[in-house]
Amino acid sequence: MDPECSRLLPALCAVLVDPRQPVADDTCLEKLLDWFKTVTEGESSLVLLQGHPCLVELLSHVLKVQDLSPGVLSFSLRLAGTFAAQENCFQYLQGDSSLFVASAASQLLVHVLALSMRGGAEGHPCLRGDDWPACAQKITDHVEESLCCTATPKVTQALNVLTTTFGRCQSPWTEALWVRLSPRVACLLERDPIPAAHSLVDLLLCVARSPVFSSSDGGLWETLAQALSCLGPTHVGPLALGILKLEHCPQALRTQAFQVLLQPLACVLKATVQAPGPPGLLDRTADDATTVDTLLASKSSCAGLLCRTLAHLEELQPLPQRPPWPQASLLGAAVTVLQLCDGSAAPASSVGSHLCGTLAGCVRVQRAALDFLGTLSEGTGPQELVTQALAVLLECLESPGSSPTVLKKAFQATLQWLLSSPKTPGCSDLGPLIPQFLRELFPVLQKRLCHPCWEVRDSALEFLTQLSRHWGGQADFRCALLASEVPELARQLLQDPESYVRASAVTATGQLSSRGLHAPTSPEYAEARQSLFLELLHILSVDSEGFPRRAVMQVFTEWLRDGHADAAQDTEQFVATVLQAASRDLDWEVRAQGLELALVFLGQTLGPPRTHCPYAVALPEVAPARPLTEALRAFCHVGLFDFAFCALFDCDRPVAQKSCDLLLFLRDKIASYSSLREAGGGPNTASVEAALPRCRTGEHAQPPGDQEPEAVLAMLRSLDLEGLRSTLAESSDHVEKSPQSLLQDMLATGGFLQGDEADCY
Amino acid sequence: MKLYCLSGHPTLPCNVLKFKSTTIMLDCGLDMTSTLNFLPLPLVQSPRLSSLPGWSLKDGNAFLDKELKECSGHVFVDSVPEFCLPETELIDLSTVDVILISNYHCMMALPYITEHTGFTGTVYATEPTVQIGRLLMEELVNFIERVPKAQSASLWKNKDIQRLECSGVISAHCNPCLPRFKQFFCLSLPSSWDYRLLPSPLKDAVEVSTWRRCYTMQEVNSALSKIQLVGYSQKIELFGAVQVTPLSSGYALGSSNWIIQSHYEKVSYVSGSSLLTTHPQPMDQASLKNSDVLVLTGLTQIPTANPDGMVGEFCSNLALTVRNGGNVLVPCYPSGVIYDLLECLYQYIDSAGLSSVPLYFISPVANSSLEFSQIFAEWLCHNKQSKVYLPEPPFPHAELIQTNKLKHYPSIHGDFSNDFRQPCVVFTGHPSLRFGDVVHFMELWGKSSLNTVIFTEPDFSYLEALAPYQPLAMKCIYCPIDTRLNFIQVSKLLKEVQPLHVVCPEQYTQPPPAQSHRMDLMIDCQPPAMSYRRAEVLALPFKRRYEKIEIMPELADSLVPMEIKPGISLATVSAVLHTKDNKHLLQPPPRPAQPTSGKKRKRVSDDVPDCKVLKPLLSGSIPVEQFVQTLEKHGFSDIKVEDTAKGHIVLLQEAETLIQIEEDSTHIICDNDEMLRVRLRDLVLKFLQKF
Repeated sequence: MDPECSRLLPALCAVLVDPRQPVADDTCLEKLLDWFKTVTEGESSLVLLQGHPCLVELLSHVLKVQDLSPGVLSFSLRLAGTFAAQENCFQYLQGDSSLFVASAASQLLVHVLALSMRGGAEGHPCLRGDDWPACAQKITDHVEESLCCTATPKVTQALNVLTTTFGRCQSPWTEALWVRLSPRVACLLERDPIPAAHSLVDLLLCVARSPVFSSSDGGLWETLAQALSCLGPTHVGPLALGILKLEHCPQALRTQAFQVLLQPLACVLKATVQAPGPPGLLDRTADDATTVDTLLASKSSCAGLLCRTLAHLEELQPLPQRPPWPQASLLGAAVTVLQLCDGSAAPASSVGSHLCGTLAGCVRVQRAALDFLGTLSEGTGPQELVTQALAVLLECLESPGSSPTVLKKAFQATLQWLLSSPKTPGCSDLGPLIPQFLRELFPVLQKRLCHPCWEVRDSALEFLTQLSRHWGGQADFRCALLASEVPELARQLLQDPESYVRASAVTATGQLSSRGLHAPTSPEYAEARQSLFLELLHILSVDSEGFPRRAVMQVFTEWLRDGHADAAQDTEQFVATVLQAASRDLDWEVRAQGLELALVFLGQTLGPPRTHCPYAVALPEVAPARPLTEALRAFCHVGLFDFAFCALFDCDRPVAQKSCDLLLFLRDKIASYSSLREAGGGPNTASVEAALPRCRTGEHAQPPGDQEPEAVLAMLRSLDLEGLRSTLAESSDHVEKSPQSLLQDMLATGGFLQGDEADCY
Repeated sequence: MKLYCLSGHPTLPCNVLKFKSTTIMLDCGLDMTSTLNFLPLPLVQSPRLSSLPGWSLKDGNAFLDKELKECSGHVFVDSVPEFCLPETELIDLSTVDVILISNYHCMMALPYITEHTGFTGTVYATEPTVQIGRLLMEELVNFIERVPKAQSASLWKNKDIQRLECSGVISAHCNPCLPRFKQFFCLSLPSSWDYRLLPSPLKDAVEVSTWRRCYTMQEVNSALSKIQLVGYSQKIELFGAVQVTPLSSGYALGSSNWIIQSHYEKVSYVSGSSLLTTHPQPMDQASLKNSDVLVLTGLTQIPTANPDGMVGEFCSNLALTVRNGGNVLVPCYPSGVIYDLLECLYQYIDSAGLSSVPLYFISPVANSSLEFSQIFAEWLCHNKQSKVYLPEPPFPHAELIQTNKLKHYPSIHGDFSNDFRQPCVVFTGHPSLRFGDVVHFMELWGKSSLNTVIFTEPDFSYLEALAPYQPLAMKCIYCPIDTRLNFIQVSKLLKEVQPLHVVCPEQYTQPPPAQSHRMDLMIDCQPPAMSYRRAEVLALPFKRRYEKIEIMPELADSLVPMEIKPGISLATVSAVLHTKDNKHLLQPPPRPAQPTSGKKRKRVSDDVPDCKVLKPLLSGSIPVEQFVQTLEKHGFSDIKVEDTAKGHIVLLQEAETLIQIEEDSTHIICDNDEMLRVRLRDLVLKFLQKF
C-alpha cells in the first residue's frame, strides 16, 4: 500500500463506522473492496493488519455499533473474509464465531471451515467427521441443523454455505463433508414443496462439478437422479442442463437429464401431432403431469417454461458432450411452437387447444423459438422438416401480425438456415429447395423494406446485406434478387428519414454494388453505379447523423480493399475525395475509418504491413507496386499526410492512436528502402513544420497544402512516434481510477456531509 | 327484466330491454351484408354487367332469369340492393320509449324503425354520432339513388309465400306487400319449386323477408329530428323509473356505452369499444363497475388481426404498388378508420418517397367528413384536444389538403376527371363494392395487375365483395383494421368491472367456425355468459328485490324506531302508498272516519283502509332446549324433540300437540284445545321480542 493511502486509511475507517456519516454510494465500497483484494494479493494480510491497526478496529467496531448501514456491515464482513483467506491472518478473527448473519458471512464461514480443516488435518485424509477440529465441527453441526430446519431462509443459507464450500475447496475432506450431509440434502427432496429449490440445484451442480467426486460419487448420482424426478419443471431445467454439461457423469443420468429437459417440448408435440411422427427421443419421454400442469397453469408460466427450455437446448446444442441429438424431433417441436404462436397449429387434444389459446400471439415464445430454430440449422434434418421450417419462417416474415422484434429474429433464423443449407459440392447452385424459397422470400423482403416501422426496414436491410455477402456469387440468388425490386428499394432507403436505416441502406447498397447486383436490364447500368458513388459521397458530406457517414466510410474502405470498379478506376482520385470528406468530419469514428482507408491504400501501394508474429512464416518481401518516391508523391497528392498529421493530435484518442500506427507503419516501410537519401532540411519542410502546430490546435480543416515528399519524410523522422504511442496507450482516466483518488472521494463526501451538518445548526 | 334480440349481427346490434316500466331499444344496426347478394350498381353503363346470363334451374326452368344473373360461377340478384332489417315483429316497436345509440355505425336502421313502426319515443345520441351518422346515411342514399334501377326483383325471395301456401300458417315475418307476391307466385312458380333450390349463398341468406330497399333522405331527416343530443356522463331520467348515461367507449368520435340504472339495479350496455389509442376519447371503464347485467356487443370482427400490424401491411403494400406505377384503391366508409389511415400516410409518404403521389378521397360527404373531424375537439383523445389550443387542426389531414397532397371530391363526375392523375391512391365507398364510386374504379383498374385494392373495413368478406368482379387481374390485399375490443381485452375488462351476469351474442360464446380450436377466441367468464340470437327473448337472470320509497316528513316524525339488534332499528308504519310517475311516497294515513249520520252512502272508490289496532310484531329466535325446560317447568311432560330440515318439532305426546319451530315461523298444532294453544303461545312469546 502506498504511503499516501496509508495516511488516508484511518480517517476513512472512522468515517465508515460513524453512523452519522452514511456512505451514500455502495459502489464506492465495492471499489474499495476490490482495491483491498489487489493489495492483499501483493502483500501479506498479516503485515497489512499489523501495519494498520485501524482496520482491526474497524472489524471489531462494526460488531458493536448499532444502526450501522447494511452496506458497511456487509463490506466489513467481506473485508474480514478477504483477510481470513490468508492462513496467518486467521488469528485476528478466530474469536468472532457469531458472524452468521448474511450471505457475506457465509463466505467467511467457508473460509473458516476450510482453514480449520487444513490446519487440523495436515497430511491426514480426515474422512471421518468425529476427529475434525472443534471449529469445523461446530460449523458443520450448524449447517446440518439448518438443513433440517423448516424455515426456508435457514435452509437457503445452509445450502449457500455448502455451495461456496464445494465450489472453493477441492480437498479430500469435502468428500467427508458431503458423505455426512448428503442424507440431509436428500431429505430436502422428499419434502413437499421442496424448500430453496434454486439453491439446492446450485449445490448439487457444484458438488457434481467438484473434481473430488469424479471417482467415487458418494451417492451423488443417486441424489441427482432423485432431484431430477422430484423437482418441479421450473427448477429441474437448470439442473438437467447442468448435468448434461458435466464432463464425467453416468450415461443413465445423462439420458434421464436429457429426457427431463425435453419434457416440455415433448408435451407440446404430443398435444399437436395428429399422427405419430418419426421415432425420436421425444416419443420415449414419459408423460409428465406436472409439466403439463405448468404449461396449462397460466400464460406466463407456460411461456416461461417454454422459453427456458428452448434457451437451455440452444445452450446445449454446440457443446461437444451433448447427448445424441434428436434433430428431427426438435426441429418438429420448434416448428410446432412457432405454429402455435401464429395460430396455425392444429391441436390434437384438449391440451393442444389450450396451448393454442395460450401461445397465440405470444411474442416472447416466438422469439425464443426463432432463436432455437436458427440454432438447429447447424444440423441436418429430413427434407420435409426443412421445408416446414422454411415455410414457418416465411410465414413469420410475411405475417402482418409479426412484431418488429419477432421479424428481426425471423430474419436472423432465416439467414442461418439459408447459409447452412447443403450445397452440392463443385456445383454453384443452391439445391432444390432454396431457389423456390428465394422466389417467395424476395416479395416478402420487398414488403418489409417498405414497412412504416423503421426497425423492420433496418432488419430487412441487414438481412439483405448478409445474404448478398455470402451468396453474391450464387447464380440462383442473383437471378431471384435481380428479378425483384429489392435492389431498387434498398437504394431508395438511402433517403430514409431514420438514420439507422440510412446506415443499413448504405451498407446494403455498397455490398450489392460490390457484387455487381444492379438490375442488369438497366441501360444506365454504369451510370447507376457511378451515381451510387456520388450518392454515398453526398451522404458522407452532408448527412447530419454519424451512423450513415460511418457506414459510407466502411463501404468505401471495403470497395478500395476489394478493388471495386469505382475505387479501381482512378484510385488516387477516389482516395483523395474520400479522405477530404472524412478529414472534415466531426465524428471521430468517421475520421478513424478514414485512417483505416488510408492504411489500405498504403498497403496496396507499398505492400502489406509486416507481420509481427515471431512464428509466422516469413514471406518474401512483396515488391511494391511502384517506386517509393512516386508512391510518396501519390500519398501527398491524395492528402494522406495532411490527414494523418492532423489526426495525430486529434482530440479523440483512438484517432490519434490509429494515425500514430499508420505513420509508424509508413516509417517502417520507408526504412526498408535504403536507397532513400537522408533529408535534413529539404526544400519545403518549413511549410509542414509550420502546419503541425496548427494541427495540434485542431485547425485541421485547412490542409497545409501539397507538400514535397522529402519534407514529409523529414517530418516523419523528426516525430517521436513511439513516445506518442505509449502516451496515448495510457488510459485517459488513469489518474481518476487510482485508489488514492477513491479514498479522497469518499473522505470528501464524508467531509461534505459534516459541513452540511454544521450548516443545519 | 327481458331482452328482445332483434338483430343477430354481433357488431350491428339491435336489442330491446324491458326494465322496470320502460322499454329501451339499444342500438339500431343495419346489416348490409345482404347487399353482397346483389349485382353492383355501375356509375357508368357496364357492358360486362348488363350482358350477364340469367340463372336457370337444373331442369332448365328459367322463371327467375330476369332476377338472378350468373357471374363467374356465382349467382347475384339483379336489382336495387336491399338491407337486412332488425326484427320488427318480435315486439311491438310502437311501445319503445327510447332508443339509445352507441355509435354512428349502429344507427343505420333508424329510419326504418322511427318512420314505419309507430315509434313515438325519443332517440338519444351524442352530437358526433348524429352528425357523422347523418353523413353515412346521406352517402348511402346518394349512392343508391343516383343509379336508378328499373327493376326491383322480388320473385326470388318468395319463401314466405311458399310456406303460406303449403301449411296455411302466416309467418311471423309477413311481408306488407304479400298479396302481390301471392299473385306472382300463382302465375309463375313451377309446381315443384322449393326455395332451397336457389344457389348458394342465396338459399342460406338470413331472413330475406325482412330485406328492404334503402330509405329516402326525407325519412333520414325525419328520423334524425327525433334525436336528442347528449354528452358523456350526462344523466337522463326516463319517466322517473330509470336513469340512462352515455360513457365514452373509445371506438369512434362520440361513440358511447350506456349505463341504465335504477336505485337498486344497474345494467351496462357495452357496444363498439376500443382500448387502443387512436383519435377518439379513451374508453371509460370505471363507470361500468358493479353492474348486475352487462350486455356485451360490438367486439372486433377480426380477433386475430392486430390493427398495428395491419396498418404496417397497408402502408407497405400501398408503397410497393405506387412505386411500380400502379394505383391503390381503398374501399372505405367516409369516416372513422380513414382518419387514422390518412394520419399514418401523412407520416409515411415522405419517408417512403411518395410525397408526389396524389391521395383522392371521393364521397358525396368527403368534404363534410374531413371538416367535421376537426371541429369535435371535446370528443377527441387528449393529444388531439391539446392541439386545438395551440391552435392547430387536431388531424394532420388538414395539412395534406393544404399542401394539395390530399384532394376530395363528391364524385368521379365533375372536377375529379380533370384533376385525376395516375398513379394515385383513391379512398372511396362503399366497402361492399356494390354501389358508390368504388364500383367504377373496380371496373377501371381491375384488369391490370399493377393496381391493388386494399380492404381495410372489416364489415364485409373481401372474397364475397370481389365475387362479381372476377376474374380480376388487380392485386387484392386484405388488411382489416378493427380497433374494437379483442377477447384478451374483454377478459381483462370483465375481471376489472366484475358484472354479475354477462349477456352477449351467441357468436362470442364459441370459437369462430373457421378456427374451432382457438378456445381463446371466445368470452371466458364466470358465471358463463348468457347468449342470444336473432329473434330470441331472454329473461335476464336477476330479480328486482328493492324499490325506493320516500316517507313524508310528518309521517317520519311519528315513527319510533326500536333497536332490535345493534345497528338495526325497526319501526312499524301505517301509511298510504302513493305511486305516480314511478315515484313511491308514503303518506300519513287519513284519520279514522268519524261515525257519520249514516245518511251518506259510502262510495266504493272512497274506501279508506281500515286502521285496525295492530298486533305487535315479533322478532328473535326460540332456543329449543330452554323452551323444553320451560315447558317442563309448566307441567308438560313426555316431551320429545325432533330435528327437521328447517328446524325442530317439539312433540307433547300426552297432549297430542305439536309445536313446529322453523326459522321464520312457529306453528302450534293442537286438537281443538284453544286453552292449551293460548298457553303454549304465551310460552313461545316469552322468548320473542315484541314491538
